[in-house]
Parts: sequence; C-alpha cells; structure tokens
Amino acid sequence: MSLWRGGEKGRYETYKVPLRENQTVLDVVTFVQRHLDPTLSYRFACRVGMCGSCAMTVNGRPRWTCRTHVSRVATRGQLEIGPLENLPVIKDLTTDMRPFFEKWQQAKGAFVPSQTRGDEIERIRPDSPARIAADAAIECINCAICYAACDTVRWNSDYLGPAALNRAWTLVNDVRDGATSERLQAVAASGGCHACHSHQSCQELCPQQLNPTASIAGLKRRTMWAYLKGEI
Amino acid sequence: MNVRLYVWQRLTAAVIAPLVLVHVVVIFYATRKGLSAADILARTRGSLTWASFYGVFVVAAAIHATIGVRNVLTEWSPLRDRGAGLLASGFGVLLFLLGARAVVAVVLP
Ligand code: SF4
Ligand code: SF4
Ligand code: FES
Repeated sequence: MSLWRGGEKGRYETYKVPLRENQTVLDVVTFVQRHLDPTLSYRFACRVGMCGSCAMTVNGRPRWTCRTHVSRVATRGQLEIGPLENLPVIKDLTTDMRPFFEKWQQAKGAFVPSQTRGDEIERIRPDSPARIAADAAIECINCAICYAACDTVRWNSDYLGPAALNRAWTLVNDVRDGATSERLQAVAASGGCHACHSHQSCQELCPQQLNPTASIAGLKRRTMWAYLKGEI
Repeated sequence: MNVRLYVWQRLTAAVIAPLVLVHVVVIFYATRKGLSAADILARTRGSLTWASFYGVFVVAAAIHATIGVRNVLTEWSPLRDRGAGLLASGFGVLLFLLGARAVVAVVLP
C-alpha cells in the first residue's frame, strides 16, 4: 500500500502489510503506525462508524476507513491512502477540518431555541412532513466525506458544501427552531445552496446514505419562495 | 450564485425555452418552403410581432448568459464575485448589442 507522507507538498510512500481476512482500511493504517513507522499521523476514535473522524482518500475516493473493508476497495492487492481532498493537509493522513466546521457555523447549523425551559414540551408528530424531511437528513456524523467528494467545493472556496447545507435543511424543518429566516438568508447568499450543481457525488459517497443533494434542492425551493415573498 | 441570480436565471430560462422552440420551427418552415432572404424580410420588416418576439429573446438570452458566464468564471477562474460579475456583465452587454443589431436589421422597414 502507499500512504501520503508529509504536508501539502508530501509524497506517497510504499509499505508492505499482511493481508488478513476481515481487515478494514483503518486496520492496515494502524498496522503501519504500530509496526513500521510510529511517526505516521492519522485520526480515528470510535472505530464503529459513529464519530466521523477516520475519513481518508482510499484509491481515489473519500471513505470512512473504519467501516471500509480492504477486500472491497483494494485493486490487485494495492491500496493508495491519502488525506481528504478539499481540506488543508496538516501531516500525513490528517487534514485541518476547521474550514469544514466554520461553514457549518456560517450556514447557521446550530439549533436556536424558540422556547424556554418553563414552557410545555412541544409535541412533534413523527409523521408530519417537516419531521419526516428532517429525520431523513439528521444522521450526519460530520465526517466531511461529502465535502471532499464535491467538485463545487473544489472550484469555489466560498461554497458552504453539502454537509453544512444538509444540516441547515434539518433545522429549517425543525418547528422548534426559532431562526428560520436568518438561516434561509445565510444559505441563500453567494456560496450557499444555489451554487450546488446537483452532481450527487455527496450522496453517492455519504457513508450514512444521506442525500445532501435532495436537502440542498429543498433549500433552493424554500429560499426561492421566501425571496419571492420578500421574507429574506 | 445567490438566490436573486438564481431566480433571474430560472426565469429567463423559462422565457427562452418556448422561444427557442418557435425559432427552430420557423427555421424549419422557412427552409422547407424554400423562402428566399427577400421573402423572409418581407414578412419581418415592420412586424411588431417579430420585433417583440426576437426583442424579448435577445434580452432574456443576454441576462441568462451573463449569469451563466459569471458562474463559470467564479468557479473556473481566479476571479471572485465582483470581478467575475463585471466581466460577465461586459459580455452580456456585447451579446445584447449584437442581438439587438440583428433584430433591428430584420424588422426595421
Ligand atoms: S450535489 Fe451539490 S453538494 Fe453534492 S457533490 Fe454535487 S455540487 Fe456538491
Ligand atoms: S452528510 Fe454524510 S458524508 Fe457528509 S459529513 Fe454527513 S455523514 Fe459525512
Ligand atoms: S473511527 Fe469513528 S467513524 Fe471511523
């Protein structure tokens, strides 16, 4: 296998690792760090597909490495593993995720309560259309795989990206949230949802099988009507 | 692209689509019937219908193309929103002038 070593101007270096049954990409990266070169930098935490910290570029595609089996992605017994695309490389397989998370903030990805703890707990019907839309997009693990897969992010550094917009869509559909018009305004600005070309690389590669393209299409519609009605 | 440009681009696209269809049908008709340039000019000169048809076409196409070119420039060139907007607007004005000149040439009596 070859691993990216160094910062932005690094290079791929080759390592030989034993082929085992039931081995994940994260397992082989860990093997290199434990047995071949302890200076290798990479990230992981949960190893069960929940934390979203282990994403890397594996044979050209962004993948969650803890849940990706070597047998499924290796071509002729070879793997090339690099840091995620579209993010600054810190060292080896680790990227600086700050731009990714800053865009969540720009897209107003934080819940803004509309009530206080003194109020009655609001009843949300799970079968209401808004809740169904929010639920369909809610299981994001912030892995940035969609962000690394998106050509529009690559071309337009201001573009908020699929994950942040997908998050905004869940909140727009949350009746308890009190900042809908600010959020719609944020995602309707330059670099917002209208920059998306509907390539669908994001939904193709999202390990949680979410569909950010559909969420973004929802935002395009919502912001368009809000704009035409003069609400934003 | 922001929501304002998005709405304008979709709106102009919706205007252009049926006009293109009519335009193509007319070309087809004119060549099938073997109309000469003089025949065509006889029909278009002084016609308010053709003047407004192609007038609207030119305006919508110029706006639509300006927004599209601006997007291409922001994504594929180092230009940012402002620079890309200016350059694309220049292109749009050129497109409008060329189109308007052609319309004037065929509809003025
Ligand atoms: S659908 Fe939109 S967000 Fe998803 S990869 Fe394509 S341009 Fe990016
Ligand atoms: S939308 Fe999917 S790919 Fe994107 S950050 Fe969330 S879980 Fe990862
Ligand atoms: S290590 Fe947590 S998702 Fe892979």
